[in-house]
Amino acid sequence: MTTYLLRRMAFLVVSLLLASMVLFLLLRLLPGDPANSLLSVGATPDQIAAARHQIGSDRPLPEQFVTWLGQMATFDLGTSFISTLPVGPEIASRLVVTVPLTLLAFLLAVVVAVPVGFVAAHRSDRWYGPLLNGVSQLGLAVPVFWLGMLLITAFALYFQILPAGGFPQDDWANPADALTSLALPVVTIALVMSASLIRYVRSATVDVLDSDYLRTFRALGSSFTGAMWRHGLRNAAVPVISILGIELATTFLGAVVVESVFALPGLGSMLAKGIAQHDYPIVQGVLFVSTFGVLVIGFVADLGQRLIDPRLRGTLSRRAR
Amino acid sequence: MSRASGPSTTRRSPTLVIGCVLAGAIVAVAIVSLFWMPFPQDDTSGGRLAPPALPHLLGTDKLGRDLLTQLMIGARIALTAGIGSVALGGVLGVTAGLLAGFATRWLDDTISALLDILIAFPTLLLAMLVVAAREASLGSAILAIGLAMSAIVARLTRVLVKRVLAEDFITASRTSGTSWPRVVIEHVLPNIWPTLLVNLALQLGLAVLAEASLSYLGLGAPPPNASWGRMLQEAQATVLTAPLGAVAPGVVLVVLVVGVNLLADGLRDVADPTRRRRR
Repeated sequence: MTTYLLRRMAFLVVSLLLASMVLFLLLRLLPGDPANSLLSVGATPDQIAAARHQIGSDRPLPEQFVTWLGQMATFDLGTSFISTLPVGPEIASRLVVTVPLTLLAFLLAVVVAVPVGFVAAHRSDRWYGPLLNGVSQLGLAVPVFWLGMLLITAFALYFQILPAGGFPQDDWANPADALTSLALPVVTIALVMSASLIRYVRSATVDVLDSDYLRTFRALGSSFTGAMWRHGLRNAAVPVISILGIELATTFLGAVVVESVFALPGLGSMLAKGIAQHDYPIVQGVLFVSTFGVLVIGFVADLGQRLIDPRLRGTLSRRAR
Repeated sequence: MSRASGPSTTRRSPTLVIGCVLAGAIVAVAIVSLFWMPFPQDDTSGGRLAPPALPHLLGTDKLGRDLLTQLMIGARIALTAGIGSVALGGVLGVTAGLLAGFATRWLDDTISALLDILIAFPTLLLAMLVVAAREASLGSAILAIGLAMSAIVARLTRVLVKRVLAEDFITASRTSGTSWPRVVIEHVLPNIWPTLLVNLALQLGLAVLAEASLSYLGLGAPPPNASWGRMLQEAQATVLTAPLGAVAPGVVLVVLVVGVNLLADGLRDVADPTRRRRR
């Protein structure tokens, strides 16, 4: 396990380096010099050179990259072109919305999908087995923003029991208010996410229910519940955990769209605005932080998978679905 | 290379038929839109937010454009985005996957590690990156979605190629003097395409959804192109006064994606009858 841990950590570091290189190149290869943001229209060549020197864009690319990486590592994410405010603190203030949104939606999706997926597999011969399959098939096809719109229409505009969007100015000072504004976005993400999760849980359960070891254990006199508890759960959990890692990462970034629907001041709306305004330090900062998050989630999912299933410890990458 | 084609493999799957009907309906609408539409794209003669009545069967949007016309153009855009991304992602992915499958150990490891990193970025994020670097257009969306997809396709192709290359008939074919390119054409591709095709069909559905999300965020095809995602975004403010505009694009989007997904499931049943029992 230690060998695996070391190899996986090395892989994480290399991935982070590669990803930051891509992000760095993206900003530098874009048309226009970042120094332009410091200048007004009609600047003299001397002023341009001075600005370039100040911002560092006159030095060779590898040197710029190392400097930039050093800044990123100390969470100095630069300043916005538009608002000229530092990017780091703004991201931190927006994580206060995005992280709870992601985690709550993730938890709700797991709480819904695991029992439903299990029942869909275990009771596939009853009428509600195929029904659950059909509903999850439909859920896979519903765009998350449209579901959000429909929920707003129903619960905020028609019944008027929940806010249509926005987030309290004082963040979590009043937790009840904050949770109320997150209710619809959380349900929106969780519903879409559980649709795909149900399918994975169901197929993992089917694999376990069909397995020889479960039949043998039952033949030895164990009850169904006992057999599932001793052997079933652990085996079914392995593929599901790798999917959970991917799903959590997807939710985190799926928040981009959902935050736009509900006008939440999160990381996603910050990214969308940054792209629309060509505010590259914002785009770069948000993408850097979210990439970091996604890669760390993958790391944790891989470790969790190997804690549960020792057979995987020799393999580096995630087990294929 | 040829699989046994008994009655069980050719037996029609109901999933396949339903999928064909749903997806086929949208394809038909898109094709019709090339030759005939109820109104010109920018005709605003119907007045703003008109309710469904002749001659505007589904009413008009907030600029007075005919909703049915917009939906038909949207079908074209959705299919262009879906098919374009799948074509790009498929060609890139299969090529990279074949390379990795045949490559020496270290090259294979390098490609696999790169693919793992690429796959770690969800499609939408990668798409936003491309849109940030280029401009918001249908081309950018297709490029972005196709690139993200190619990593997934490449990883699948690599696994499939490795599995086929371990078979005895490859050794036999090589021993009898067949060159590698011919082995690929005669043995590898015919053995991996059924699984690949199913996966590409699933990716088509995801690509359509991704394009809709990008358009909803204003990062897809710019106006006046009526992408379903942008139509929904525009109709959001008037959902209570003109509900049809906020419902119809979503419904056709779901019909297309469900259709394509069922088509993929049906294809899998036909390609691999042993799985049918387990679904």
